[in-house]
Amino acid sequence: MRLRLCGSTPFRRASSCAVGGWPAGGRLSFASFTPSSRTWSGIHGAANSSTAAPAGRWIPDQVRDDGRGAGRRRGTVIGRLAPTALLAAAALLATPAAAQLVPPAGTPAAPAPAQQPGGPAGQTPPPLEVDVTGGISAPMPIAIPPMPTQSVVQTPAGPTDRLGRQLSEIVANDLRNSGLFNPVAAAATRAIAFPEVTAPAYDYWGGSGAQALVQGYIRANGDGTLTVGCYLYDVSARTELTRQGFVVPPSDWRRAAHKCADMVYTRLTGEGAYFDSRVVYVSETGPKANRIKRLAIMDQDGANSRFLTAGSSIVLTPRFAPNQQSIVYMSYVGRTPAIYVYELGSGRQRLVVQNVATTFAPRFSPDGRYILFSMAQAGNTDLYRVSAAGGTPQRLTNSPGIDTGGSYSPDGSRIVFESDRSGGQQIYVMNADGSNQQRISFGGGRYATPVWSPRGDLIAFTKIQGAFRIGIMSPSGSGEKLLTNSWQDEGPSWSPNGRVLMFFRQGRGNAGKADLWSVDLTGVNERRVPTPLDGSDPAWGPLRP
Amino acid sequence: MARLTTTLLMATALVATAACSKKRPDVLPPAPGGAPEAPPATGATDPNAGITPGSAADFKRSAQSDTVLFGLDMYDIDGTARGILDSQSAWLTRYPNVRITVEGHADERGTREYNLALGDRRANAAKNYLVARGIAPGRITTISYGKERPVALGSDEESWAQNRRAVTVVVQ
Repeated sequence: MRLRLCGSTPFRRASSCAVGGWPAGGRLSFASFTPSSRTWSGIHGAANSSTAAPAGRWIPDQVRDDGRGAGRRRGTVIGRLAPTALLAAAALLATPAAAQLVPPAGTPAAPAPAQQPGGPAGQTPPPLEVDVTGGISAPMPIAIPPMPTQSVVQTPAGPTDRLGRQLSEIVANDLRNSGLFNPVAAAATRAIAFPEVTAPAYDYWGGSGAQALVQGYIRANGDGTLTVGCYLYDVSARTELTRQGFVVPPSDWRRAAHKCADMVYTRLTGEGAYFDSRVVYVSETGPKANRIKRLAIMDQDGANSRFLTAGSSIVLTPRFAPNQQSIVYMSYVGRTPAIYVYELGSGRQRLVVQNVATTFAPRFSPDGRYILFSMAQAGNTDLYRVSAAGGTPQRLTNSPGIDTGGSYSPDGSRIVFESDRSGGQQIYVMNADGSNQQRISFGGGRYATPVWSPRGDLIAFTKIQGAFRIGIMSPSGSGEKLLTNSWQDEGPSWSPNGRVLMFFRQGRGNAGKADLWSVDLTGVNERRVPTPLDGSDPAWGPLRP
Repeated sequence: MARLTTTLLMATALVATAACSKKRPDVLPPAPGGAPEAPPATGATDPNAGITPGSAADFKRSAQSDTVLFGLDMYDIDGTARGILDSQSAWLTRYPNVRITVEGHADERGTREYNLALGDRRANAAKNYLVARGIAPGRITTISYGKERPVALGSDEESWAQNRRAVTVVVQ
């Protein structure tokens, strides 16, 4: 079963309209469970022992009685681990900030392991496809019933039964927002019992019109963590397609739902994951003449938004470091507009380039070693790069015009930027050392804010022709396509999988405010991203480890 | 910059006043008809009489204007702007110890980062003209606010024309 993303972008090879979508290279691989892995407990001994331990303070005795040897089955859970989980674990060790998310195997502490026999029902299941031609004409119907819990336990994130309902809502919301899925209305689903998680009622779900089914469970562990199991089923073929389990601290419970949605999305579309990611942006409030702008960070779906700066100085254009542990941005603090690095862990900020004129438009290189930025001196603006640790900048462009808005190609070898050296703003590409500068945009109007797709195949931009519109083109400048059509859409930023763009939309006049929006490559699926206040300058971070 | 501070302070004061006046209207009268983009308050704190020669208030009163305007995506100093800058340079020549900041601004029809560069261009265009009129470059700093601090809030030609500007501010 695979969603077809035929015609989702004009630049895809025609062959991609075959089942499978993107070339294999573009896929993430954490979508399958493979049993076995002894080293797991070595790496995550603490998590394992707590999971395997007899019921701790969060788990009432009832669990063990109720579950026909739950303790033993928990033990088996630990044996079933994916190699991909180990990779994730390695990554986690490298990035302490995310060390809480541990994907172990997730057979629920429930009935027989869900080995759906390739027997009667599963003999030759007809491949299920959703044809998505020229956009999102037929989103796949998918059922995501509330995730049951074996026993209701109070956790810092709330009682597990409520969390189970919320988890399924988050999964449904993510999938719906992608434009490629049509979750069956909550009213048309029913609550499922815990044992049903691994033994779906295919007949019932077939009757609901759903072609795919996502079931899961939530369990509060003795060490205070939560385990969320996530299972994807093909309803008509009556088979399990994939499963994953996640152990998270209560504060990260939403991430388990995003990981689950990512599992479903990648398995059914062949696209890379993107739901478990964050966005930094500029939160705006106050009158138009004197907007208060604060750095803010939130989950990709708008949840967990929080401020990083207090708003006493104007801040603009934040961007994540590739390791997501810091943010580079521009601030007017001290009345000297300059670029700073904000360390997410400590909250410390440091000036990147000392004693120079106005610096702005900063971005990290893909390897995190450099910061690309613009510097205005005596009315002339050029692109520079400097070691992320600071030091002496190296000049990359030397034209009498305004060169700004740089963005690295994903391999770091090239830079796309805008320049008005020919008159109005146009898009140029050059090597990362500044050599071989070539103009690639030639349409009417001006082109600004180019951003290289993380997949390398496209460049997104703001086109100014009266209105501001978000568009895409290939790195050679061919195949221009405008995706939005409003009064003032500006500053696109790519989702980690290169399929969705977030940008800000400015309203007109006195009361005109900026809000965050997203649109996918088809241009069909456009929607507002909820933020507590107004928002601008969104920068989508990488997939979280 | 002093002007921005003043504006910020005023805005803060207005907000504070408004907040207070809801609770205690009898104690605190409403703020005097202040629009959010109220003009620099230096004059208000020091009404008519007693303006110190060489002060920001004196500059405001003596120069033709503290602001020069630009065409769309332009930064050249036209005839009107020259007259204004000439009057500024005459005053600056009288008070050779006074330092100024030239703030460059853009209208909302450019992208954010480009407008930062454009505001820098405009501030430097005004600075370069003043320097050409004999003002020492060391007395002049520049700063660009891009499109972040408009004075006219509409989304129309008239508002945009007012926002494409370079503002000379006496550093107190």
